[in-house]
Amino acid sequence: MELLAQVLAWFGDPAHWQGTDGIPTRVLEHVEASGLSVLVAATLALPLGLAVGHTGRGAFLVGSIANLGRALPSFALLLMLIPIAVNLRLDFSTWPILGAMVLLAIPPMLTNAYAGIRAVDRDLVEAARGMGLSGLQVLLRLELPLATPVIVTGARLAAVQVVATYTLGAVAGGGGLGRYIYDGFATQDTARMVAGATLVALLAIATDVAFGGVARLTAPRGATARRSLAPPAGEPGAA
Amino acid sequence: MPAEPLIRWSWVADHPAEIGAALGQHVLLTVLAVLGGLAISLPLAVAAHRYRRAEAPITWVAGVIYTIPSLALFVLLIPVTGLSVLTSEIGLVGYTLLILVRNTLAGLDGVPSDVLEAADAMGLTRLQRLVRVEVPIAVPVIVAGIRIATVTTVGLVTVTALIGQGGLGQLMLTGFINLFPTEIYVGALLSVALAVVADAGLLLLQRALTPWARVRGAGA
Repeated sequence: MELLAQVLAWFGDPAHWQGTDGIPTRVLEHVEASGLSVLVAATLALPLGLAVGHTGRGAFLVGSIANLGRALPSFALLLMLIPIAVNLRLDFSTWPILGAMVLLAIPPMLTNAYAGIRAVDRDLVEAARGMGLSGLQVLLRLELPLATPVIVTGARLAAVQVVATYTLGAVAGGGGLGRYIYDGFATQDTARMVAGATLVALLAIATDVAFGGVARLTAPRGATARRSLAPPAGEPGAA
Repeated sequence: MPAEPLIRWSWVADHPAEIGAALGQHVLLTVLAVLGGLAISLPLAVAAHRYRRAEAPITWVAGVIYTIPSLALFVLLIPVTGLSVLTSEIGLVGYTLLILVRNTLAGLDGVPSDVLEAADAMGLTRLQRLVRVEVPIAVPVIVAGIRIATVTTVGLVTVTALIGQGGLGQLMLTGFINLFPTEIYVGALLSVALAVVADAGLLLLQRALTPWARVRGAGA
């Protein structure tokens, strides 16, 4: 209980709410870097997932990327990218963690984009074809809207994982909420460490809730959403 | 200055004991976590299967644990259990629960009802039916859960190096601190290799446990 009082006192200290190491700055850094990673991953993963789902070719590739993503932990990726960044004379407190986060976000978005398109009723696709729609029209007007809930679920999984895992960037000297955990650990400041861990957990939950809202807004109107294919749980928290 | 190679093979050849010790510790932490997770989640899944009202609370709690970032969870446990193996194992076991409970439950729920009726007609008690009929039929789905949990745990164990629990993560962390890429890459590659080997091994185990699937050509 003494620790709880210390943590509450830490949050109550106005000094922790301003400046470059203040809570608003750290939260913003965390959200910005996570958002950027998910956006970059989406521009890579979604077109590929849609194309493979639409054509049915390359399913093996999607499966392999998903499996590799699960087997290669983000912490290992982060550390592996550091010597490469050093060799390329890039800032190793920024780029390796962003690279690791992009690679973390790709598998869930890729597999869900693929699974979402594949789950669209083949009879509907045949009917659309019969009505004279081209392949691209079938994809954009039929498959994509029906697959949207599953695709949003993939983005949700990716975003929550990235927000949770970006914490590890502090190990390489990056910013974000991981700084409180890492610096608190290094200086044996338990209150700071616990406050950081709490903030990260809250931000991850807030991300999940926000995407839940996006999911409701983007659910296809009229068409009864098919049973959404949430894939088996992937990587928890930070890996 | 010539760039340091990503892997300096002479270092690998000179440090087999160090690498082996890190790998062994990694395997031990993983095995403990998955066995601990099974010990908790199998009874929970059976309970949720038998008493449907228990399903929502059990999966909810497991889901909440699963959402907490791993580094945050380890750090939140430090004030309680210190920098110990127990801290990492509590966190690691916690992350396996959702995967294991969900798959075990799906496996048990997937047993066809005519099979259950046949078992009842043969006079099996609930426990006999569970042990001799339901669990064996659910084995492929249960093992699929164990495979995901194991691969995930192998990855998560690397993070426990940050709370001083060694394994391949410690090798990587040392490499980072000394700016010596070889240790990072050896640790990372061995971690991936361990995940792949464990996954394949569990698949073989599942095939061995379900010979009937092969005979009938149903396959996994």
